[in-house]
Amino acid sequence: MPELLEPRPGAAGRHVGGNTEEPMGHGEMKSYFDEPSLDYAVTDTLIDDGVREELASIAARYPQPRSALLPMLHLVQSVEGRVTPAGIEACAEILGLTTADVSGVATFYTMYKRRPVGKYHVGVCTTSLCAVMGGDEVYARLQDHLGIGNDETTEDGAVTLEHLECNAACDMAPVMMVNWEFFDQTTPRRACEIVDALRAGEEVTATRGARVVTWQQAERVLAGFPDGRADEGVTSGPTSQLGLRVAAERGWSAPDPNDFRTTGDDSAEEAK
Amino acid sequence: MTDPSTSSGQAVLTPVLTANWGDERAWKIGNYERRGGYSALRTALQMEPSEVVSVVKDSGLRGRGGAGFPTGMKWSFIPQDNPKPKYLVVNADESEPGTCKDIPLMMASPHTLVEGVIISAYAIRANTAFIYVRGEVLHVVRRLQQAVREAYSAGYCGPNVLGTGYDLEIIVHAGAGAYICGEETALLDSLEGRRGQPRLRPPFPAVAGLYASPTVINNVESIASVPSIIRNGAAWFSSMGTEKSKGMTIYSLSGHVTNPGQFEAPLGITLRELLGLAGGIREGHELKFWTPGGSSTPILMPEHLDVPLDYEGVAAQKSMLGTKALQCFDETTSVVRVVLRWTEFYKHESCGKCTPCREGTWWLVQILHRLEAGQGQEGDIDKLLDLCENILGRSFCALGDGATSPISSAIKYFRDEFEQGMHTPAWELFPYERSTVFVREPAGAQA
Repeated sequence: MPELLEPRPGAAGRHVGGNTEEPMGHGEMKSYFDEPSLDYAVTDTLIDDGVREELASIAARYPQPRSALLPMLHLVQSVEGRVTPAGIEACAEILGLTTADVSGVATFYTMYKRRPVGKYHVGVCTTSLCAVMGGDEVYARLQDHLGIGNDETTEDGAVTLEHLECNAACDMAPVMMVNWEFFDQTTPRRACEIVDALRAGEEVTATRGARVVTWQQAERVLAGFPDGRADEGVTSGPTSQLGLRVAAERGWSAPDPNDFRTTGDDSAEEAK
Repeated sequence: MTDPSTSSGQAVLTPVLTANWGDERAWKIGNYERRGGYSALRTALQMEPSEVVSVVKDSGLRGRGGAGFPTGMKWSFIPQDNPKPKYLVVNADESEPGTCKDIPLMMASPHTLVEGVIISAYAIRANTAFIYVRGEVLHVVRRLQQAVREAYSAGYCGPNVLGTGYDLEIIVHAGAGAYICGEETALLDSLEGRRGQPRLRPPFPAVAGLYASPTVINNVESIASVPSIIRNGAAWFSSMGTEKSKGMTIYSLSGHVTNPGQFEAPLGITLRELLGLAGGIREGHELKFWTPGGSSTPILMPEHLDVPLDYEGVAAQKSMLGTKALQCFDETTSVVRVVLRWTEFYKHESCGKCTPCREGTWWLVQILHRLEAGQGQEGDIDKLLDLCENILGRSFCALGDGATSPISSAIKYFRDEFEQGMHTPAWELFPYERSTVFVREPAGAQA
């Protein structure tokens, strides 16, 4: 099977529809140890004293400072646009860890990026259910439309494309995420419209979520610094409310708690 | 089939956790309080912590994250004579393929969870609680952060909760993309700022969890169920469900269903009943196979439509209730393709700590790839089963076990389809575009 063992150059496409021969993508046959490590050639950094203070303030939230490492790395990404050697050093210094300790953590989690991420990180779920429901087609079309493969960024620096593992919105498949906001029940055409609008600098609002911020701004929220957008968007999607609607139509509800208050002792005490 | 509404005295659907998901701005504390929110907290604070544990024990609530361990019993394992601080950690890392109940709960009604956190932390005498939420859900993180801030402002958490002298800090902690962190001991390592790799048990987290201190780790839905139990009583809760699987729970219907969505029902409802409420399998198609509780639970078949979806009922069919993530696939679906993708998921998410999982998932993917491409080799199916046998029960944590479930169950029911992988690509047997939801989208839009 030599052709299956060799990753094809630029073969970011997953197999779609049977008319192409591109089953790889993912680097399925490629070791994750082949992933580029941190780029230590990068020496310029935006991490200044103000950022260090913020990093230290995250550490102060926790009973033990090291617990802050994940949010601190989110903050590094929000400042630097990726995890940089300077960011690693700052975290290590503040937490009293070695840079090897911090790098070990930074390279374990998929949300930490070692290469610059575009203004908008566009993810398409291609785990089984979304893939079958059309995620593969959405992902393939976006690759064609943007002219980039997995984990690559458009030349204008606007969009980084990545296929994702399950993002917990399976009842709204196929699911696309932009900077970790939900774009539910997407189609290839809709997905292209969304990325076009993003690249044109238009305001785009998530299906369930807020007006889309930049990837770096989103990372700041994940670091624990709210952006005041919690009140934007819907309470829930239509599929989330389906059971509720069916129950209302048929007059179904949970049992009446009063039918179970037999002794009366508790309620009498409560009344006092 | 009988009309579900008349088959028993109980309502078929019982919205409790989902009851306010249709409310305007349900995530705001005022709207939550208007529905009686935080009244359970006031009730609980008038009780002894041990009484709260007893009520939850009596209710029969079992873990909603997959394992089904009795929640109250888990709480009672916390050694109260241990001088170390106690911790409550909410596992909000929902990532099991197919599972999509905790995310909408936290987006729509984060206060249901926050109130549950405060009551549960009080019950186990913890002064610090963490909500470990997966990082890939930005808006959910926002709503949780805001809900916790609102709870602090209202005096429901922070120092001296409602003047009782009880102190509680709640920290919303965003993860960074790792399915393995849904495994409770890996979650603890991650929360300590390390790579998320599982720990050897014993010691169990109840004895030596976060910072080697006594720790309770519960799923979002389990903790979110606590306020309703305190408010309405253990008898109310246990009046729903079946003999050993009490209460209401959220079933998530996805895939080739006319109307996919969330349905909150007493434990023990069947997929046939749920499909009846969801308009059935999409028009012109029929159910081929399904999962009862995510990809780690062995697949089931149309013949299992009447299996009661409770812990015992699904276990009796050699599967697991898991997270009640009912992923339905119709006859257009290639089972080899679906299993391959799940296996790629496990390979991607394997933490690399133990050899059977790290190497095994690697080999499984390679074999499944060639079967999908119609280039399977003689002995491949037996090799898959052999690999599964060497992973199942020999891995450090349940991720390895879970990786084998879809493969061995799919081969059990669809061996002939795997055999066809020796000569015919899956996309020729099952043209992939036929499975999509937008199969009817105009050709011009797709081409």
